[in-house]
Amino acid sequence: MARAIARAFAGAGHPVQLAARDPARLEADKADLETRFGVEVSLHEFDALDTDSHAAFVGGLPDLPDIAVCVVGYMGEQSENIADARAAARVLRSNLEGPASILERLAAAMSARGSGTLVGISSVAGDRGRASNYVYGAAKAGFTAYLSGLRNRLSAENVHVVTVLPGFVRTAMTEGMDLPERLTAEPEEVGAAIVQAVKKRRNIIYVRPIWRLVMAVIRNIPEPIFKKTKL
Amino acid sequence: MTQLSGWGRYPRVEADIVRARSEADVAAAIEGGALIPRGNGRSYGDSAIGPKVLDMRGLDRMISFEDGVLVAEAGVLLSDIVQTFLPRGWFLPVTPGTRFVTLGGAIAADVHGKNHHLDGSFCDFVDWAEVMGPDGTVTRLAPGDDAFDWLRGGMGLTGIVLRAALRLRPVESGWIVQDSVAAKDLDAAIDGFEARLDAPYAVAWIDGLATGDQLGRSILLFGRHATPDDLSADRRARPFAIPRRRKLSVPVTLPGVALNRVTVGAFNAAYYARGAARAGRQIVDWDRYFYPLDAIGDWTRIYGPKGFLQFQCVLPLETSRDGLRAALTKIAASGQASFLSVLKRMGPQNGRFSFPFEGYTLALDFPVNDRSLALMHALDEITLAHGGRLYLAKDARMPAEVLAKADPRAADFASYRREAGLSAAFASAQSERLGL
Ligand SMILES: Cc1cc2nc3c(=O)[nH]c(=O)nc-3n(C[C@H](O)[C@H](O)[C@H](O)COP(=O)(O)OP(=O)(O)OC[C@H]3O[C@@H](n4cnc5c(N)ncnc54)[C@H](O)[C@@H]3O)c2cc1C
Ligand SMILES: NC(=O)c1ccc[n+]([C@@H]2O[C@H](COP(=O)([O-])OP(=O)(O)OC[C@H]3O[C@@H](n4cnc5c(N)ncnc54)[C@H](OP(=O)(O)O)[C@@H]3O)[C@@H](O)[C@H]2O)c1
Repeated sequence: MARAIARAFAGAGHPVQLAARDPARLEADKADLETRFGVEVSLHEFDALDTDSHAAFVGGLPDLPDIAVCVVGYMGEQSENIADARAAARVLRSNLEGPASILERLAAAMSARGSGTLVGISSVAGDRGRASNYVYGAAKAGFTAYLSGLRNRLSAENVHVVTVLPGFVRTAMTEGMDLPERLTAEPEEVGAAIVQAVKKRRNIIYVRPIWRLVMAVIRNIPEPIFKKTKL
Repeated sequence: MTQLSGWGRYPRVEADIVRARSEADVAAAIEGGALIPRGNGRSYGDSAIGPKVLDMRGLDRMISFEDGVLVAEAGVLLSDIVQTFLPRGWFLPVTPGTRFVTLGGAIAADVHGKNHHLDGSFCDFVDWAEVMGPDGTVTRLAPGDDAFDWLRGGMGLTGIVLRAALRLRPVESGWIVQDSVAAKDLDAAIDGFEARLDAPYAVAWIDGLATGDQLGRSILLFGRHATPDDLSADRRARPFAIPRRRKLSVPVTLPGVALNRVTVGAFNAAYYARGAARAGRQIVDWDRYFYPLDAIGDWTRIYGPKGFLQFQCVLPLETSRDGLRAALTKIAASGQASFLSVLKRMGPQNGRFSFPFEGYTLALDFPVNDRSLALMHALDEITLAHGGRLYLAKDARMPAEVLAKADPRAADFASYRREAGLSAAFASAQSERLGL
């Protein structure tokens, strides 16, 4: 998903900074963005779980970006997440603690500058906890709430926050899952939707509009009934 | 498990699809047992389907572009190459009739375009390809290597293309100077091609339903890339900007009966009349010239829910007139509707298992039904009798005996696969059907 988002921004003419745990793996992506779009691309080492390093990471960037997109996420295996507290902690930290920490450092730098846009990729899984993946869901619920609070805090400082709820997307995370065609977006759709959302300063987006409806229904099922469903 | 088919939506098989996003994913998939790589699924029949399919579209990074040579991963679409490089003055050296195919698919089928008679096929412009074999090792193959010769036209059955270097063609504009000529019958069409062998691009739309002294009537379209001198002043100022085409689409899958001898015959006749009336020189943009079908989304639905088949053969020069006449007579008599079909002059054979050889190639679509299958069987016989062969990228149903008779290279290909340990690693529904 991160690759498609980078392409969408590079395609719109933005220079791109890519950050990941192992930036050497991104050499081909850097070459791709440069070859296709002729934009400048730089690579940076970043670990969302190493929160102590985040302030220095932001300070060390060659330029503070206009727009920062946090795509970090980790789902793990629900059965393992339930059985092993450390596995659960990794999910909670990867989707909530780490992303919140880096966005907070970026928010500080952007509000000091007086401009910027932060984008967080959360998930509809956070809209209501389900038996099949509530550890991940809880982490994303926390992240969605975090983004909402951040948006609220920064609205006076000309820093905008976009919450992205992608729905199902065909990526490595969902490889091998049997996903319903109409509800499943290609990564390119997510990229295009985010570029649009940033441009139009939208607050919360669903990538495929049908998800707004699906989630409205799911959120409104009364708990006595919901607890008996298998979703 | 998913139902998967080629472009013709026939046949369909239950497939386990894995998407590769990195070289490591490809290696892991190969380790898991026999599979077939798949590009953008534009081959018509069963070349890119099977019980286990490796979707290569996630490996789609462009790596470098220097001196006209693009290095890119196999899943890059030709449409992306055009979009990226035409504005910089470069076009594809060879392109099939749709641009929505991957680099890997174009290499595996060694696709041909309207310039085959002069320039050869796709792999004639590939400087090298990096291919992963059954044991996960990656080898860089180049023209002259035995394995490269089997790779081109090898339909994904000799290894997985990861990356390749493609030499693009410099062009001065996105416009094509097209010269169209009406040919009243088959002889006129062939004479027309032979008279213009120096035309960079040449193709004919042939009316597969015309009979009698109109048998084989065609509209021949010759073309070359326009230079600034060919263009009006406003176009010359922005030579690569072309008008956006409106995307049409077929809104519903038509019932199979909507296409019949009368409706299609009327369409073909109208197309011919229009072509004849507009014969002459015209400047058209690259999109309309090379990819007339790409503007119609989902056009395959026109053929109804069962899907459709394409028949494409190539016949040697010496037997082309007789063979084409026999085939067209058979088709017209069968009354099986085929929309405008394509006739093309091909140049010499390159590569050990590629489809093209010097002569004429004829391609026609038919809706899937028993009569079409019977007709195609008869066309197989005509092809064999005239020393021709069929194109695997279009094939969904040829019997193994027909391939064996038409193309002695098939047996060599199969034994190469066995000896190199490739048969156990790479298999498609097509390779199983044809004993490749
Ligand atoms: C409208 C239309 C017009 C066409 N016109 C022409 C034409 O003019 N000339 C022509 O030659 N063809 C033509 N074709 C056929 C098409 O160009 C070929 O079938 C091409 O191979 C499709 O590429 P793809 O990426 O969709 O591959 P797929 O259809 O997915 O696969 C085709 C073959 O390539 C193999 N393959 C795919 N990726 C790899 C890889 N990475 N490594 C190794 N093998 C791989 C597959 O195993 C399979 O055997 C046309 C098709 C359509 C739909
Ligand atoms: N796919 C879906 O259906 C779906 C639906 C809703 C939301 N999402 C969310 O969308 C985002 C992208 O996911 P995806 O589908 O593209 O799956 P993915 O391929 O697994 O991507 C996860 C991304 O998170 C990064 N990451 C994980 N832990 C990290 C860490 N500690 N430090 C730095 N980076 C880390 C990974 O980087 P590396 O390259 O370093 O591994 C990778 O880029 C995630 O937040 C996911 O939760 C996905």
